[in-house]
Amino acid sequence: MIYVTRRAEFSASHYYHNPNFTPEENRRVFGKCNNPLGHGHNYTVEVTVGGAINPTTGMVLDLKELKVLLEQEVIRLMDHRFLNKEVPAFEEKNPTTENITVEIWNLLAPKLTHGKLHRIRVYETQDLFVDYYGE
Amino acid sequence: MVYLTRRYRFSAGHRLHNDDLSVEENRLVYGKCNNPNGHGHNYLLEVTVAGIIDPATGMVFDLVALDGIVAEHVLEKLDHKNLNLDMENFRTQVPTTENVCLEIYRLLRTPLEEAGAGRPLKLDRIRLEETSLNSFEYVPDTADAGKGIGSQQL
Repeated sequence: MIYVTRRAEFSASHYYHNPNFTPEENRRVFGKCNNPLGHGHNYTVEVTVGGAINPTTGMVLDLKELKVLLEQEVIRLMDHRFLNKEVPAFEEKNPTTENITVEIWNLLAPKLTHGKLHRIRVYETQDLFVDYYGE
Repeated sequence: MVYLTRRYRFSAGHRLHNDDLSVEENRLVYGKCNNPNGHGHNYLLEVTVAGIIDPATGMVFDLVALDGIVAEHVLEKLDHKNLNLDMENFRTQVPTTENVCLEIYRLLRTPLEEAGAGRPLKLDRIRLEETSLNSFEYVPDTADAGKGIGSQQL
């Protein structure tokens, strides 16, 4: 099995809030991330696909296809957006990096035509990242 | 299971030396790292915890709590210290980055997993860069599984 990883970047804003919590609880649990006006990050997404090398092309998959898929399914949806307000998945749940990572998996996994989605990694900052392997 | 990784930095001095080896052997095995006066590094530490997303918060674990635990149990003990002399375990064990990785895992596992407060939370791995050119990683059990070298005991 060979693993191919493609990176992409998007910039977005978000804030953390649970409507079932009191304002006090929200402030205590989410700290400065609770600011309702939001704040932003430059996110980096790494998509890793595993598969066998096609002997004809020498490639696991067409990287251009993966780039376009990532652009269409993820970047177009999240880049320069307020995630809480503009991305349907985050109307009900917090756009934490954990939830963003799982959401990107769910967006990409059914659309991949070659290879198997192995891992989604999302960097919120260079010192914080989340990995999800689909289970 | 979702894996959350946070990076930290600390600077420390050390000397690689084993009392059971001769002066000559120590020089041969450890090279310039055997310099009796020691030397130092800026270490980059990656702590990975594995857990499930709490539906109420969207988080695997509270980052502020993670920062607090790592600061209390690791950074305060290692940062700006002489690893050989300031750390109890390294009076008898060579503070190679391999051993520092294991020591950090030992220091963090219990406080971290207890902080999960009943929710499943596991210290998944410790990765430590001694310089930007070399790094060491400790993953309990699974790291060594299948490689025929057995599990590294803590």
